[in-house]
Amino acid sequence: MTRTLAARLVEIAVTLILMSAVVYLLIGLMPGDPIDMMIAGDPHMTSADAARLRALYGIDKPLLQRYLAWASQAVQGNFGYSRSFGLPVLSVLGPRLLNTLELAGLAFVLSVAIALPLGIWTAAQPRSKADYLINLGCFAGISAPPFWLALLLITLFAVKLGWLPAGGMADLRPGTSPGEAIVQKLRFALLPVVTLALVQLGSYTRFMRGAMIEVLRQDYIRTARAKGVPERAVLWRHAFRNALAPVLTILALSFGGLVSGALITETMFAWPGMGKAIYQAILDNDYNLALVGLLAATFATVLGNLLADLAYAWVDPRVSFAQ
Amino acid sequence: MIRRLLCLALVLLAFPAFAKDELVIAMNQAPGTLNPIISSMLAKSLIINMTERPVTAYDSTWKVVCMVCTVLPTLDNGRARVVDLPDGKRGMEIDIELKPLMWGDGVPLTAKDYEFTIEVGKNPKSGVSSSEAFRRILRFDIHDDRHFTMTVDRVTFDYNVFDIMALPAHIEKPIFEADPASYRNKTAYDTQPANAGLAFGPYRIVELVPGSRIALEANPTWAGDKPHFRRIVVKIIESTAALEANLLSGNVDYVFGELGLTLDQALAFDKRHGDRYDVIYKPALIYEHIDVKLDNPLLADRRVRQAILMAVDRKAICDKLFEGKQPVADSDVSPLDPMHASATPHYAYDPPAAMKLLNEAGFPPNATGMRFDGERRPFSIELTTTAGNRVRELVAQVIQSQLRQVGIELRLKPEPPRVFSDQLNHRRFSGLAMYAWVEAPQGVPRSTMHSEEIPSEKNGWSGQNYPGYANPAMDRALDQAERELDEGKRRRLFAEIQRLYAEDLPVLPLFFRVDPFVIPKQLMGVVPTGNLNSSTLWVEQWRWQD
Repeated sequence: MTRTLAARLVEIAVTLILMSAVVYLLIGLMPGDPIDMMIAGDPHMTSADAARLRALYGIDKPLLQRYLAWASQAVQGNFGYSRSFGLPVLSVLGPRLLNTLELAGLAFVLSVAIALPLGIWTAAQPRSKADYLINLGCFAGISAPPFWLALLLITLFAVKLGWLPAGGMADLRPGTSPGEAIVQKLRFALLPVVTLALVQLGSYTRFMRGAMIEVLRQDYIRTARAKGVPERAVLWRHAFRNALAPVLTILALSFGGLVSGALITETMFAWPGMGKAIYQAILDNDYNLALVGLLAATFATVLGNLLADLAYAWVDPRVSFAQ
Repeated sequence: MIRRLLCLALVLLAFPAFAKDELVIAMNQAPGTLNPIISSMLAKSLIINMTERPVTAYDSTWKVVCMVCTVLPTLDNGRARVVDLPDGKRGMEIDIELKPLMWGDGVPLTAKDYEFTIEVGKNPKSGVSSSEAFRRILRFDIHDDRHFTMTVDRVTFDYNVFDIMALPAHIEKPIFEADPASYRNKTAYDTQPANAGLAFGPYRIVELVPGSRIALEANPTWAGDKPHFRRIVVKIIESTAALEANLLSGNVDYVFGELGLTLDQALAFDKRHGDRYDVIYKPALIYEHIDVKLDNPLLADRRVRQAILMAVDRKAICDKLFEGKQPVADSDVSPLDPMHASATPHYAYDPPAAMKLLNEAGFPPNATGMRFDGERRPFSIELTTTAGNRVRELVAQVIQSQLRQVGIELRLKPEPPRVFSDQLNHRRFSGLAMYAWVEAPQGVPRSTMHSEEIPSEKNGWSGQNYPGYANPAMDRALDQAERELDEGKRRRLFAEIQRLYAEDLPVLPLFFRVDPFVIPKQLMGVVPTGNLNSSTLWVEQWRWQD
């Protein structure tokens, strides 16, 4: 187990190194550089200004040389400064990561908490009216574009009813009581969390239902039923655990999204998260910010896969790391 | 029980957040660094103009006024003088007397702050994007805390436009002197934005959540008119659809006209919610136009460029798409600019005349009506523009259809803004490029029209003369206009520039954009300027109606 884990951690480190090189080179190969954008925005910049700034930012050097300089600093824990914000990259990304974890984490928990029981329930009564109805809802959730869903919810709950704010995050003043702070945070988080959860809910429910139907066809389930095991126990004790392995893969793949953020939902609800930060950094040629943001998302994805592998061993005793 | 709990939760969630001695504003772009001299950005100006003031600025009537100085220096009042410089050239001396102002931490704003600011601006390592304005200052003589004289290296008509914002030397100097090369990353404006000592305007920043919101509170040391709002919160909402929803829901009170709703949103808003909001369409200096790649053989003849302009019904485009709110342009000088020349040639929509010009230029039509050159190559050109700008894409489609009527094939090529900007900066577009730029009032279009401003590898791809226009007569007029102090003579030079521009058409003028300000009827005192100086320079006059 320890050796396997150590090997996987080495794999993660190698993946991150390779990704950093690929992402850095790809961003560097994109048309335009930060100075081009400054020139476009400031007609008073002269050729001398452009040359001076290119030298100052190190953009006049070859791409590989720039990457190696960045990498040598990065291994010492210095990920550089964000050109757009004038702050260390980690200072910019840290609060955004927390915001994204809050938004995507709540949506993830909410959608999983609803989707798994719903998937099991519909699998237990396939082709029933309730199954058709829930399937219809799932497809609607999967097909609905998040920006449309967000606008719909904003129009209904913020504009028409005026119950919830249309976007942003709670502006907590010093002296706000913990109770009030929670209420304020909930007011602002509710609509984006529900939007994101509704989008994820459909696919998670469908995966859970599919996996359960497959397991419920197995001989050992028929045997359990023949032995008189109550249906509740058949579903939860015998079928659920076996159906969980493929669903875990899907959930693990979603793990990266907890860090990379949800660009459309964040933009529609003015939620300052990772998705918006990475997207804007790429548009603004903010190399350091885009690179570290994408690396954080890569790290979360490979970590999610590792956790999924560990979870397989937990849900299925046939899986052993010793082999 | 569940119903009761649900009702309670809804009541708690729905309670109004804040009292109305504060104003919640939104804008669609996050400011980058808040250091006032490191870079130029509208989002930053909107915020910084509430916490600091430039020495002089253009007001809403586009006149230069004092913001931090007591008297506007002019040649007439003797506070500006033409002088001979040691190198034999002529320069100017400008006397400034500062108003008695104080930084938010109680330290007076003095001439030493300006001296330090200019030192930072001139230092090649400081990271200031445009250092030209600083480099032009040859000498800076301090007489006392509130009086100084600057000697500049040339004579220009806009000598009293001194829009530099001061840096607080008592905070920034130690940071700068420790390492000028890392100053841009360590400036207190970004590392401690809520430091009271960074503001001498009516407000100071008390909280900054990057990319989300900026909270400002009234600055107790401000010596001007007391601001009416105790607190102003500026939220960053990048989606314009979400901006509109936030305004309608009351989540924000006002959206900056300079950086908020699009014109089509404002037009629709006006119709649906005109009872609650005043919509002001302020003509601005944003000039929408099409650059012509003059190196393209199909576009080298100016008769072809004139024909293209006559084949496009710009008035109909403005009437149909913008309800006539955006004026058609004849050159890059706005009709509201004092230097606008009404005698500038105007090209009305006239397809028969356009076809005649194209025939004369050697592009006759074939049986299908499409045009070819002498070697039977089709007259087919590319129009590149920024993808994602719905209005611009619509205009491009109309132009494509109207040019087809006169036998020209136009291929539309929308590009992501960074790709578009890269193609423009390196002059890689092949035919036409549609976009907008901003000029200052009475701005001499040197960077866009002078032959020395054609971007090339030699000049580091700087300059904005993307068409590659070179006309010695235009160069002369531009050089003279910049230095001419006599208003009558300058007006004649500007008229010459506009005439050459309209006859040669290196750029096809389309229209001037308006800034749509959607202002709640209860909010008083917001005066759009339409120029580079934002309305927030007069934020202390904003108030709720009694």
